[in-house]
Amino acid sequence: MSTDTPTLWRAMGRNPVRFVFSSWPWRAFAYVVTGPVVALAWLAAVSVVLVVGLALTPVVVGLVVLACLPLTALPLAAVERNRLRWIDPRPAPSSHSAPERPGLQAWMRFRLREPMTWREFGYALLTAVLGVVDVVVPFTVIVGSTLQLAAPDLVRRGDQLAYGPGRTVDEPAEAWLAAGAGLLVLLAGLYLITALAGARAALARALLVRDAERELIEVRAARVRLADAFEAERRRIERDLHDGAQQRLTALIMTLGLARLDHPSPLLDRAHTEAKEALEELRDLVHGIHPPVLTDRGLGVAVEALAERSVIPVDVDIEVGRLPEAIESAAYFVVAEGLANVAKHSGASRARVTVRPGLVVEVQDDGSGGAEPGTGVRGLADRVAVHDGTVRLSSPAGGPTVLRVEIPCAS
Amino acid sequence: MRVVIAEDSVLLREGLTQILTRFGHDVTAVGDADALHDAVRADPPGIVVTDVRMPPGFRDEGLRAALSLRAEHPSLPVLVLSQYVEQSYAADLLETGGGIGYLLKDRVGDVTDFVTALHDVATGGTVIDPQVVRSLLARRRTPLERLTPREREVLTLMAEGRSNGAIARDLVVSEAAVIKHVGSIFTKLDLHVTPDDHRRVLAVLTLLRGT
Repeated sequence: MSTDTPTLWRAMGRNPVRFVFSSWPWRAFAYVVTGPVVALAWLAAVSVVLVVGLALTPVVVGLVVLACLPLTALPLAAVERNRLRWIDPRPAPSSHSAPERPGLQAWMRFRLREPMTWREFGYALLTAVLGVVDVVVPFTVIVGSTLQLAAPDLVRRGDQLAYGPGRTVDEPAEAWLAAGAGLLVLLAGLYLITALAGARAALARALLVRDAERELIEVRAARVRLADAFEAERRRIERDLHDGAQQRLTALIMTLGLARLDHPSPLLDRAHTEAKEALEELRDLVHGIHPPVLTDRGLGVAVEALAERSVIPVDVDIEVGRLPEAIESAAYFVVAEGLANVAKHSGASRARVTVRPGLVVEVQDDGSGGAEPGTGVRGLADRVAVHDGTVRLSSPAGGPTVLRVEIPCAS
Repeated sequence: MRVVIAEDSVLLREGLTQILTRFGHDVTAVGDADALHDAVRADPPGIVVTDVRMPPGFRDEGLRAALSLRAEHPSLPVLVLSQYVEQSYAADLLETGGGIGYLLKDRVGDVTDFVTALHDVATGGTVIDPQVVRSLLARRRTPLERLTPREREVLTLMAEGRSNGAIARDLVVSEAAVIKHVGSIFTKLDLHVTPDDHRRVLAVLTLLRGT
């Protein structure tokens, strides 16, 4: 549910005179009393479906008709979402999806499988029961207030107002007192009916309306799961390469080494050198996929290792310990990309990497500035966004260039 | 010489065994860190050759086994082999003293060089992979330049004669953080614990000399 208070409740909290003469009591009244009408229409439809279904049960068609009973809630829900607008200006979209295939049969199957249909059916049943309240409350308020308000007129015409056996009003003074009570009942009734409408609307919203916020959270959770799976996959590939190709190449290099001892030859030397170069390339590749040191020793040591490999001197200042693996990995690749860019473009003579709890990662250089976010930085932004993080690149002409990444996380 | 090899890959275990046997060594090969501990305890060898990544976690079990073996038997030579070399690992190993080696696995392919390195380590020498050494040299920075800006601030306050508590108040950080920085300063300035030196004074002297 949305967090903002619906206008209806705010209207009730206002000055009573303004509330009574506003359109809210009338809207609420209309909303409440039309509810049972819709419910009755639905019950009539349900009865027809039940009778037809049961009558046809000997034939298989009857069971099909009965199975379609929940679908009767669809038009009711559509009407209810429309009625909701009378007292709740917020949009009330349905959360039904479009069927996967065309055709009536496909549509029916799809709807019956949708949880939304069953929620709507449940709402229809509830509304049929609560319809009694919707009738009784306004009826009591109207009858109770109008009779008492009419008391002075009744008494003047020689009639009387009976509250029950032995308790009657026939004196004019008493009659005016009763009229006053009637006015109070009317006022209280207006509040009661409006509150009832508010509660019914909240119920309708909770069951019938798509909740964009909740869906957003679900989508986000799905994205994080996807990113985690991706991260796990990178580690798996790294390990597979380590256990497979890397080991075999190493074994080959050992065997070639032994062979060179027994049969020295230029060809063997070349094979040996090429195998070593292949392993070197494979090692770099594996490192780019997921550096083992990141898993073993965490972000701090891995970033220091990156800084050591950098062509230009890098100052490293890290004040965080171990973090969740996905966060460490995202932060690591931010630094890797940042330092690669510094080395490639900035003309800097020095760079600085700071990692602060929170998590804030900064790569700064003393270069000439004017850097544009390239595909690398955009890729980083996507990667970081999964964890609700942000990437900012500040690079005024003349420098310095600062790549700043914030990833919310307890550290 | 008796050599204990710890390597989980059968392929590489056999390759190593073949090479070392050929040079007349008596080889015992095991597949994980626990077995390595057991083998060393049963009969201390002339040298241990161990892989870094081993079961059960496939992370740095071999390295940790090497470090704990060194703690148990300080004079036991250990040669660590790995598919990748990291300076931080090298630093951990070097801290345990002489008779230590840390090499990329493919160095084994240069058989004679490898066997020489093995002998050097076995006789108390130190052998570090050229790749690690290269990255160390590439930095070519004075010890002071290795300090982070925050560590530099801490060192400056140390030079003013402040205590850790006072430094913590000045920089608005916890005292534990200051102690961490101070430890890191000592490491980066290569100041190790010795009974004769006051490291705090030596660190300040380094700052004053500006090197």
